[in-house]
Amino acid sequence: MLPIIRQILRTGIKTEAPPQPDDALRLEVRRINEQILRQIGRALAIRHVDAGSCNGCELEIHCLNNAYYNIEGLGIHFVASPRHADMLLVTGPVSRHMETALKRTYDATPEPKLVVALGDCGCDGGIFGESYASCGKIANVIPVDVAVPGCPPTPTAILQGILTAVSGKAR
Amino acid sequence: MLPLARLGVRAVTVTMKLDSFTKTLPKLPGAVPVWHGAVTAEELRSLCEQVERGGGKLLALWGSDETEQYALHVSLIAAPGMLVLTLLVSGKHAVFPDISDLFPAADRMQRAVSDMLGLHPAGGGDPRKWVRHAAWPGNVRPLRKSFDVATTFPAGEDGYPFVPVTGNGVHEIPVGPVHAGTIEPGHFRFSVVGERVLRLEERLGYKHKGIEKRFEGMTLEQGARLAGRISGDTTVGYAWAYAQAVESVTGTEPPPRALWLRALFLELERLLNHLGDLGYLGNDVALAFGFAQFWILKEELLRTNGELFGHRYLMDRIVPGGVAVDLDGAGIARITGALHHIEQNVAALKDIYDEHAGAQDRFLTTGRVLPELAAQLGLTGLPGRASGLAWDTRAQFPCAPYDQLDVQMVTHRNGDVAARVTVRFEEIAESVRLIRLILERLPPGEIRRALGDAEQGRLGIGWVEGWRGEIVVALHTGENNRIQRLHPHDPSWQNWPVLEHAIIGNIVPDFPLINKSFNLSYSGVDL
Repeated sequence: MLPIIRQILRTGIKTEAPPQPDDALRLEVRRINEQILRQIGRALAIRHVDAGSCNGCELEIHCLNNAYYNIEGLGIHFVASPRHADMLLVTGPVSRHMETALKRTYDATPEPKLVVALGDCGCDGGIFGESYASCGKIANVIPVDVAVPGCPPTPTAILQGILTAVSGKAR
Repeated sequence: MLPLARLGVRAVTVTMKLDSFTKTLPKLPGAVPVWHGAVTAEELRSLCEQVERGGGKLLALWGSDETEQYALHVSLIAAPGMLVLTLLVSGKHAVFPDISDLFPAADRMQRAVSDMLGLHPAGGGDPRKWVRHAAWPGNVRPLRKSFDVATTFPAGEDGYPFVPVTGNGVHEIPVGPVHAGTIEPGHFRFSVVGERVLRLEERLGYKHKGIEKRFEGMTLEQGARLAGRISGDTTVGYAWAYAQAVESVTGTEPPPRALWLRALFLELERLLNHLGDLGYLGNDVALAFGFAQFWILKEELLRTNGELFGHRYLMDRIVPGGVAVDLDGAGIARITGALHHIEQNVAALKDIYDEHAGAQDRFLTTGRVLPELAAQLGLTGLPGRASGLAWDTRAQFPCAPYDQLDVQMVTHRNGDVAARVTVRFEEIAESVRLIRLILERLPPGEIRRALGDAEQGRLGIGWVEGWRGEIVVALHTGENNRIQRLHPHDPSWQNWPVLEHAIIGNIVPDFPLINKSFNLSYSGVDL
């Protein structure tokens, strides 16, 4: 136990301040009542769905859980079931073999719900595009509120996308 | 080290003594030792048998459309290096000899060739589809040249027949494709009695997004970006293997400094993945402290990458002909500092993991693959080295600069989660040593050369020891420096079937831990 405590003390606190929301990331598919947004914004439950990515975006989502970004410290956590989720965080392109699974996951998420699409592929199909095997961007399959470009987007950019989705629209 | 096939090397040709005659295969130009030639069905079978008997192994298997006929290509490892055997198959009678009895790992590769190209193994193997679900009908073969990549079909019925397990008290647990954590999609069908797993059957292919078809028609330069996105966590490994293949067909020799920088990137990628995995392996046994610590180290290294090379995961930093980014003295000092920091902390964390009774209780004897079974099934890469199989391309078939670094291969024999954890710890130490040597000896000079032209109908091979294991990129050239066919091979092809064995007799709650200890790629095999 002592070596663990020593190591924790030696490491110190690494957590940094979160980014500000960015309205440029909004696709404005639909809006949720501001009051509800304020509520879920403080205890947001996210279900991640990999709909066919190269696994690059997942690497950066994992990083959100590290001490530098400390996403749980902001009241945001990843949940195991879409039925527990307020938000789907989706990476893509959506492969045709994942189309049904993504739609079912979306349907299983209770209203009101938000969808954040991640990465160049999630935004526009990216390098994989649309084909016999790929439906292209996430918005081709389910409604998307916020889309975060990048290959892969940095953890800060992902966090900004998530915070944008739960923030009220700037007037 | 396993006894390898008794195959002699003579300058640039390999002479192989088959039962009744001698066959000579020419060596391909380029950085890796590869011999390639056409064979008959009987010769293919016979050579596979010889390689298998001699302790060699199957690396990759793919097919191609050769206008009115097809070709099956089999890549094997024998004593001098890699053998690529090409069998021409008639369009009318599209069958090839089954080799899954010799190399069980061939089974899924053969099924993928059936799905994608319509070539079938004769007389053996699992007759079920593999890559195809319901996105296109069974009589459509996306990798045939007559198939247009933009064709779409209405979703059909998948109807995949899982192997049923019956008996008193047996029940099934279907898991996925959407999993409980932040991981790639795939389906696992557990048949269990109580908590104990009788059988696991995997169903992959969910991430199939047409990567191989997408490559066709790209220029050799364009393909580099896609190669770096076959499996995001191995972007350096694939980019290097792709570059080797392109350099082989275009007769381009990258400058020495570029090769040393590529090795630096590859070892940084190994460090990043091993650090991340050790964190998650702690997390999976409720040692959240381990996750926090290792992921701080990983994040710091990612930031170093981002600042020095412009990308946290080094995507697109290796390009055909060299590398896209150089390193200066300040950068070298920065990496040296980062290595010292990682070395100190990982040593402290290793002591903590080793002494932690709760963690060791979960790690030891869990998900065990004994060396004999591992060899029989063809386990490869990192999990192979944890089960006593001494294969590491960097040590056995080193290309520059590894031929000057004397890579110390890490092997253990227990084959359990604990062994796979230990291999990661020791490979971190070895990568730190290698990076120090690379930084010390980094030759001066240019970092990129212009590509020559590639003749049509050539084959180029790339072969790199990524952090998971051997990555192969096979490139067939078309007209005007374009790609006719490209097959990327991930070591996960070999290792996924072994995971089904590793879980047998273990309890269901240990599956996430066992799975993580293998950490296989979905995207890299679904393609």
